[in-house]
This record gives sequence, C-alpha cells and structure tokens, in this order.
Amino acid sequence: MDEYLPELLARLADGFAVTLRMLGWSALIAGIVGTILAAMRVSPVPPLRAFGTSYVNIFRNTPLVVLFLLAVEGLPTVGVRISFEWFAIITLATYTASFVCEAIRSGINTVDVGQAEASRSIGMTFGQSLGIIVLPQAIRAVIPPLASVYIALAKNTAVAAAFGVVEATGQLSNLIRDFASFLWFSFFGIAAGYVIIVLVISGIAGMIERRLAVVR
Amino acid sequence: MRPFRTKALVGALTLGLALAACGDDGNGTGTGGGAESEYEVVDNPEFESGTTMADLAEQGNITIGVKFDQPGIGQMPPGEDAPVGFDIEMAKIVAGQLGISPDNIEWKETVSDNREPFLQNDVVDLVIASYSITEDRQKVVGQAGPYYVTGQQLLVREEDKDTIAGPDDLEGVKVCSVTGSTSIQTVTEEYGADPTPFDTYSACVRQLQNDTVDAVTTDGAILLGYAAQDPDNLEVVGPEFSEERYGIGYSKGDAEMCQFLTDTINNSFENGSWNTAFESTLGQAGVETPEPPETDPCPSA
Amino acid sequence: MNSVLFDVPGPRARARHRIGTIVGGAAIVAFLGLLGWKLWVEEAITPDQWSFLTVPGIVLGLAEALLFTLAAAATAIGMAVVFGAVFAFGRLSDHALVRWPCLVVVEFFRAVPLLLLILFLFIAYGWALGPFGSLVIALTLYNGAVLAEIFRAGLLAVPRGQREAAYSIGMRKYQVMLLVLAPQAIRTMLPAIISQCVVALKDTALGFIIGYSGFVHEGDLIFTSIQYNNPIAVGIVLAAVFIVINYSLSRLAVHLESRLRRQGTTVVHVDEGVE
Repeated sequence: MDEYLPELLARLADGFAVTLRMLGWSALIAGIVGTILAAMRVSPVPPLRAFGTSYVNIFRNTPLVVLFLLAVEGLPTVGVRISFEWFAIITLATYTASFVCEAIRSGINTVDVGQAEASRSIGMTFGQSLGIIVLPQAIRAVIPPLASVYIALAKNTAVAAAFGVVEATGQLSNLIRDFASFLWFSFFGIAAGYVIIVLVISGIAGMIERRLAVVR
Repeated sequence: MRPFRTKALVGALTLGLALAACGDDGNGTGTGGGAESEYEVVDNPEFESGTTMADLAEQGNITIGVKFDQPGIGQMPPGEDAPVGFDIEMAKIVAGQLGISPDNIEWKETVSDNREPFLQNDVVDLVIASYSITEDRQKVVGQAGPYYVTGQQLLVREEDKDTIAGPDDLEGVKVCSVTGSTSIQTVTEEYGADPTPFDTYSACVRQLQNDTVDAVTTDGAILLGYAAQDPDNLEVVGPEFSEERYGIGYSKGDAEMCQFLTDTINNSFENGSWNTAFESTLGQAGVETPEPPETDPCPSA
Repeated sequence: MNSVLFDVPGPRARARHRIGTIVGGAAIVAFLGLLGWKLWVEEAITPDQWSFLTVPGIVLGLAEALLFTLAAAATAIGMAVVFGAVFAFGRLSDHALVRWPCLVVVEFFRAVPLLLLILFLFIAYGWALGPFGSLVIALTLYNGAVLAEIFRAGLLAVPRGQREAAYSIGMRKYQVMLLVLAPQAIRTMLPAIISQCVVALKDTALGFIIGYSGFVHEGDLIFTSIQYNNPIAVGIVLAAVFIVINYSLSRLAVHLESRLRRQGTTVVHVDEGVE
C-alpha cells in the first residue's frame, strides 16, 4: 500500500492530464463546428440545410470506435500523419459536433415564434431580433443539453486508450500489471477522476443556468 | 453461439496460412492444425493413480490455454478450427505423452492478462502461451521449463534500421506495444521512449507500416514472425535487452505435473521432436533453430 | 421554412436565398468533390478496394458478425430494462436507506466511461465472463443506469390524480407503482427507450477492443488482411450499416413520440443518444 498509493496518484495525474487536454481541444473544436452546423441547419439556404442534416445523421449514428478506426487506420493510408492524440481529438470533435449542433438547434427551436414576430413588429432588424431577443432565450435552453453532450465527450475520450494514447483509462492495464492485488482500488481510483470531471461540468452548467435565469 | 475468438486473428493472414500449408507439405497431415500428430501419441500411458496426468490420460482430452494472435507462436488463422505455431506444437508434444491426440486438445484462447486466473480457476489444464517464467508468476502458478528462450527486441522499418539500431536509440521515439505489457513499460521507463499502446501486436505492426510509429517492441520471437510477413520493409534489430524464458504453466503445487512436464520437455530436446516443432513454425519465419535451453529443476514439493 | 428566425421571405429575400443556394451549393460540392478526389487518387475508394463485397464468404461472415453485435446489444438492453426498473423503484422508495444507495449506483455508472467498465470487467473477470459477458454486463450497468432515470421521470410524469385516486381506494405503494403508474408510464417512455437502444447498439462496437467477434471485429479482420488492406472502404461499409440501422430506430422513436403527443400524452424527453 505504501508503494501503491503514490504510484496510483502519479499515474492518475499523468493520465488525466492527457484526458483533460484531449477534452479541452475536442470540446473547443466541436463547439465551433457544431455551432456552424447548427447555423447551417436553421439557415434558409437548402444546400446548407441538407449538408447540416446529413452531417448530423451520419456522425450521430456511427459508433465512435468506427470513426476512430477510420481515422487511425485509414487516414495514414491517404497520407495524413499526425500524433495519435490529435487523431483522437479530431475524431472526438467530429463526432461530438453533431450532438452540439442538435443541442443548439433544439435550443433555438424552444424560443416561441411570437417572440421574433413581436421584435420585428416593433421594427427591430434581423440582427437585433437575433441578438437581443432570440439568442439570449435560446442559450438558456441550450445549456442543459450541451452539458450532457460535453459530459459524454469527457467519457468518450476513454476510447482513445485503445488507439495509441496513454490517457486515464489506459492506466488501468498498467496499474493492474504492476499491482495485481489492488484491482478494485485502481478501477475506483480512475473512475473517481471521471466522476469529478462530470461533477465539474454539471456544476459549471448549473452556475451558468442560474446566472441566466429570469424571474418570471 | 460459436466460441468467441478473442482478439486473435488480427492481420497476419498470410503467414498463418503459409505455416499451416508448410506443415501439410512436410508431413502430409490433415488441414490446418492437423488431425494426426507428427509427434508420438503414447498408447495407454502409465501414471501413478491419483495424479493429474492419470486423470487427464483417463479422460482422454485436455484443455490448453494458448495465444491466438501471435504469428509463429500461437495464431488462429481465419476460418480454421485449430491454431498454429511453436507453442501449439509444444502442446501437441505434451498431449501426446498423455496419450491424447491433437484432435482431443481443446484450444482455449488466453490473453496476457488472464493466464494466471485461467490456471487458478481450472479453466485450462495447462498454459502454453509465450508465458515467461517470472518469480511473481510463480507465487500464484507453477511454471515448468523453459522450453524456449527469447528476449525483448525492436521491429523497425527497413530504412530506419541504422538510426534505430537498439534500445539506446529510443529516446523520444514513438514505440508501439500492447497496452499494459511489460515490454512497453521497459522501453518507456528505462530507455525514454514515447509509448503508444494498442490492443494487439498486429495493430502496432500496421502503425509501423503506416509510418505513425517508429518501432514495435516485444519478444524477438514474436517480432520475427511479423518481419517474415513483410521482409522487404520490416526488420528486427538490436540485441535482446531482456531474457524471456517461456515455460509451461500448470496449477501451483502439482509437483508430479512439474516433473512430468520437465521430463517431456527434456525428452523432446533429445528425440528431435522439439527441433521438428521449431522448424515447422518459427523456423519457417526465418529463425535459426537455436540450441535447446536448460530446464529449471522442479521445486521440491 | 417556419423558423423563429425568419418571416416568409419576400421577393428580395428569395433572390438572396437563390444566390445563397448557388454559392453554398457550389462550396459544398467543391468540398465533397475535393474529399472524394483525394480519396480516389490515394486509391482508398477505387473499385478494387470494394472487391471484398463480392466474396460470398466475406459477406456472410459480416452478416453473421452483425448478428452477434445485435445479439449483444439486445441482451444488454433486455437486462438494462430490468436493472433500470429496479433502480427506478429504488430511487422512488420511501426509505432513505434504499433511496441513497440506488442514487449512488445510478449516478456512478452514468459518470464512468463505458470502456473503463468493459476493460475492468474483462481484465479482472474475463476468464469467467469472456468478451461477450464482459461487454454485456458493462452495457447493462451503463444503459440500466440511464434507463433508471428515464423510468423515474416517466413514473413521476403520470398525473398526480392517478396516484391519489389509487391510494384513496386503499392500494399499497407497490400496487400503486405496478398496477397504476407503471402501465401508464411505459407508453410515454417508449420513444426514450428506443433512443437508448441506438446508444446501446453503437456502444456494442466497443466490444471490438476486447476482441468480441462482432461486426467491427469482422471488418477489422478484412482490412488488416494483406490481400485487402483497405481500412477506409471497410470503415465506410461498417459505418453505413450502423447508420441505416440507427437512423431507422431514431425515426421510429420520433414517429412514436409525435403519435403519442397527438394523443395528448406527455412524453418523457431524453437527450437523444448523446453518448
């Protein structure tokens, strides 16, 4: 135990540093791509709408593992060679963007049509109506589903363990190899890390929601 | 539901088939794995009653844990019923001494993580699965042998063989091995390599061919099997920087079994069956047949 | 186009949209064309890359493996429904000693990556469970925890009066739950349960990592073999099959949901398949 605990903590720190780095980058990229896709899906231009819809239906319905295989095994055969961590980040972002898109779109759709009509009827421009009336209300509705999407992303980073990235979940095999008798400890140690990440994401989401809450 | 072939099979199609085919040509046995043994199957072997050997001989079949994903050592070719490789041949030699023919061997796939549990829980009778003899393992299981000695080496692309010539050249180099293996730990902790773990050696070899990693590391015997599949592009380099002594795993404390296994291994060295086994498997991958190793004495019961 | 953002477009707006259609369409065609061209010249999608689809043995092997994948997913969902029901009732218990442990279990399995669970079960107990057992149990625990929350929401969404009426004629709590609330709740939860099937089916693909001989594993055997070596073509086929199945299931869920809504039933809503 004296030998095990410091080693466990050190490896958890190493592993979760990589997990969080992957989470950060893929969350950022998925956020940007997902927002662009959502804009396409609500736009009045048919080809953009079709593209957004197809993207969402393709990537949301494909298992993440298959996307990882396509990236890690497939892309090098067409000349794309980046680190495994970046393969993982791009795969996770591509997948998650479709869920971000749907979260944002459903948020926009929760705003009552009357709100925009009212704003236009008092002479607001499209920009004013979107910026002042629709988006602030949409964001409130977007936060809870978006938090679920990012929690799922945090857990999905684990799949990178099978594709060349040494992150938190991959430490399980190493810990079991070196400390076979602390099997359950190692599992719960790693699991605890993820539980904390999930709690932090929900906490942040809750905070934002409270700040945006309106008294009716 | 058909038995689940774990991991296994990944890649390495050709070598597996080539090995099976070679076995057929040389010995005229049946297809893939062979129904008849090229090794002696003893008629009514005599064992002291009450020993594990007597029970196995009586029952007429045996369950042996082997690897399914290591070309040359233990590999299940796609669509076949029986694995091929050096470990498989050793298993047939041992079974033959118990009066059990190869078609009465039940092959059970083991992966590195579950070999001890398999023995401890009697899922298998023996483990012959590139199973290095170590003190830690001998605390929980018995290991007889060694029947083969190899060591950790590096597999690199042909054009890199001069820049990555041994473990000392690994500082900061992307090295692939199986998740949680001791091989990956050694190159990371002792030689400063950048570890990239995958779930099978075959996946590692593909990454090497794709230029996304620069070396693959594990026991030399396993690497040679892969190098033989793509001899123009892959090369095994450098000295062996560990000693891996493959033994046969049995239930801890079974002293008679240990003596039987050790005697069988030593006999196979003497009567040439060990040579046959080696040449029809690893030998086909271009490995020189080495001198047989010296076996360890059994722990006194 | 009846979005909150736009009025019915007038002549000028329609002209703008036409320009947008042409420009946007051209940009998308150019993007997809470039992607296709790149894959073609790198010989990732040339006809010979798809030749495996003409080998009967390989197609049969894929079909059989797909059945294994579907079997694992179906087994897991079946067990998850039971697990979810038990823990949903547990969370609605009057006894804190039952409620709290159920809450902890449900929240734990929802927060832990499924792959970590699968790997743990496989490494620790794989000798007894095998890849199938490890995969199915992990899927059961995760999906069961998600379903428990869906069931709980469904039970709570049944109008109050139903419960009160049942209690007032002297029913006991378990009778109220099983005879009055559950039958009404199940209808409303059906779309959510189907959506969860999509999640479970996608997650079954993770079994590939521990060597479960499912659909992805079979695809892996094809593209890693020396005569094919076609990861992109095989990957596209694998993805396409999953997309067709999952898309159909999602449509079914949406269809059921809209039908239930038309009948005036409150439908339990879930974040559809965020996993």
